[in-house]
Amino acid sequence: MIYLDNAATSWPKPPEVLKAMVYVLERAGGNPGRSGHQLSIEAARVMYDTREDIARFFNIRDPMRIIFTGNATHAINIVLRGLLKPGDRVVTSSMEHNAVMRPLRSLEEQGLIVDVVSCDSNGSLDLGDIVEAVDATTRLVVINHASNVVGTILPVAEVASIAHKAGALLLVDAAQTAGVMPIDVKAFGIDFLAFTGHKGLQGPPGVGGLVIGDHIDTSQVEPLMRGGTGSQSEMEAQPEYLPDKFESGTPNIVGIAGLRAGLNWVVNKDIELIRAQEKEFISAIIEGLSGIKGVNVYGTLNPEKTVAIVSFTAANKRVSEIGLNLDEGYGILTRVGLHCAPAAHKTISTFPEGTVRLSPGIFTTPNQIKKVMRSLKEIVNL
Amino acid sequence: MNEYGVILFFTTSSAIRSEKILKKEGYTVKLIPTPRQFSSDCGIALSFIWEERDSVEQMLTEAHVEIDAVRKI
Repeated sequence: MIYLDNAATSWPKPPEVLKAMVYVLERAGGNPGRSGHQLSIEAARVMYDTREDIARFFNIRDPMRIIFTGNATHAINIVLRGLLKPGDRVVTSSMEHNAVMRPLRSLEEQGLIVDVVSCDSNGSLDLGDIVEAVDATTRLVVINHASNVVGTILPVAEVASIAHKAGALLLVDAAQTAGVMPIDVKAFGIDFLAFTGHKGLQGPPGVGGLVIGDHIDTSQVEPLMRGGTGSQSEMEAQPEYLPDKFESGTPNIVGIAGLRAGLNWVVNKDIELIRAQEKEFISAIIEGLSGIKGVNVYGTLNPEKTVAIVSFTAANKRVSEIGLNLDEGYGILTRVGLHCAPAAHKTISTFPEGTVRLSPGIFTTPNQIKKVMRSLKEIVNL
Repeated sequence: MNEYGVILFFTTSSAIRSEKILKKEGYTVKLIPTPRQFSSDCGIALSFIWEERDSVEQMLTEAHVEIDAVRKI
């Protein structure tokens, strides 16, 4: 089997991740922060140590500003639903995933003003368009760090500086970049970073987080959910302090332990090497696809400007048919269709058919890429 | 025999963080269920040797750990 769907979820996972998850169930199975016995305390230690590791990884001083969530979507919703009020203005890009678009469109119905800046057909953003769109009435700019459809990387540090000049905040959706590209929240000027644990960070599904910049006043953000936190139990009001304000309910401690192991695995492997390997895969795929007649490849076609995601269509075959042939005939697993990002497909002119998306990962080998290219040639030229 | 105190916190994360900081510096500390006579803010509290109160508090202040209260037990 050749797994080229790492943009949906990375697979397989490093063995250390599985071990860490088993450890928690066997040895640290208490409810963190709820009871005071040793299993509960051990679970709380696992959770806190993970907070520290994530804070270091994204360069945040205060580990309490790492909020655990179920996924990046959850983290994005905390910011969008917690910060924005009717009448506020938001600037976003036309390459966003529905994790951003759907909450924004729903808030728009309640009076939020949503300004979608168009990217070009490669998914690239013209900073001049952002300068033009952001003004003193803009409360928040929301952009992805890299597109889940074509992999195009957006210049988040430059967007941060434009946003801040106008007095707006920046939320970055790092679902496709956390773990495969260095992210320095402080140096980039990111105010809120939403990440998921199960893609580049090599953790299991069901865990992600929100990084809140050290300088952000969190009293302006309402919690998405309220409930038990194990703290201030005599009060029926939600605590205001972090991380409890945004972390109600029993956390996914098994997932958090897996995320920590995955993140440390990435750190040990060296994120620069991971990125270098990705670039080689992107080059090989683009080169291979350009040699197949009738195939159209989307995106910048420049490995420096994209993460390991390549989307294509073929003139004589539907994307769904290509995906099925790859799976059934060759054991090659890809994703076809719209990838939960209709706006992005409209931007690159592949709506409503969508594309075939190839997303290699950390365990992909150069030989696998060669085999995929040979197989595609057979399928598309039939 | 040593006398002990407890540090009470707003959130479990601060309790774990304080344990980590103080253990690293060689202090004798232990996470325990918060004694009911004090507060129910956070389920766990950190016990320490009362004599070391000043330096313990200073360490945590320097590390920007938010403390709810410090009590003798």
